[in-house]
Amino acid sequence: MVSKWAYASGDRNDPSGRVMHLSAQAKDRTCLVTAEEERLDAAAALAFKEAMRRLPETAGPIVLLDLSRVTFLDSSGLGALVAAMKALAPTRELRLAGLTPPVRKVFELTRMDQVFVLYESAEAALDACLD
Amino acid sequence: MPNPASLGPPPLPPFRLGGDARREGVRALLRRAMARLEALDLPEPERARIELVLAEVLNNVALHAYGDRPGPCPIRLTCRPGIGNLAIGVCDSGHPMPNGRLPAGRPQQVNLPLADLPEGGFGWFLIRGLAEDLQYERRSGRNHLQFRLPLGRSG
Repeated sequence: MVSKWAYASGDRNDPSGRVMHLSAQAKDRTCLVTAEEERLDAAAALAFKEAMRRLPETAGPIVLLDLSRVTFLDSSGLGALVAAMKALAPTRELRLAGLTPPVRKVFELTRMDQVFVLYESAEAALDACLD
Repeated sequence: MPNPASLGPPPLPPFRLGGDARREGVRALLRRAMARLEALDLPEPERARIELVLAEVLNNVALHAYGDRPGPCPIRLTCRPGIGNLAIGVCDSGHPMPNGRLPAGRPQQVNLPLADLPEGGFGWFLIRGLAEDLQYERRSGRNHLQFRLPLGRSG
């Protein structure tokens, strides 16, 4: 079953990025979450963190975030991903899949690619997580 | 890959954009700037690098220079395409940089326990890593930041 939800933040610094849409799907021990936005930036960071807090209760211990639709990530978006990973711990682990080239570049520059478990795609991640 | 910057004069005259960090939002200002830069027909990694640096710089103005200050938050962005680089100027009338200097932008430590991982402080590290000839001045109650973004180089 796919559940979809959104969180609207009140970031007065950028009215254009107040909403973050996520959808989630349970796959065995993994909860596949898809970020349904093109930008995970300063404007969207707060809404993203809040939306991640509203993961379905049934989410498994591995939360796999599919970022394949996200084509722009800035340092605030990166910080929001770290914050989300911390908020899920210790019972759940955030892993990332489907990083587009500009997003991957930010991870490489900041060496955050050493912090997160990254998968080429959601499919590859699900295969790996189910093994 | 062919790059217009290496083939002669830049195909885009200098331009200036004015915006309001709060009313319009950084996203909108960034979108307008990137739309203008499309004329340079840059390779995607280079375009993405410019967008990232501009976003970091503009977000810093919105979040720190203006921060909790109420009212309008004007930002002026100038872009001057040159041979092999793009010269950028950003001017705002918010708070000055702490100690009147640009932040050091040191790399964040990543080999830390999860709870200690940094959730911020990447911005200036990214700017310093991708931009060249960074200069900051506080003049007549305004912040003036200037830098160059290399064009036509790999990586």
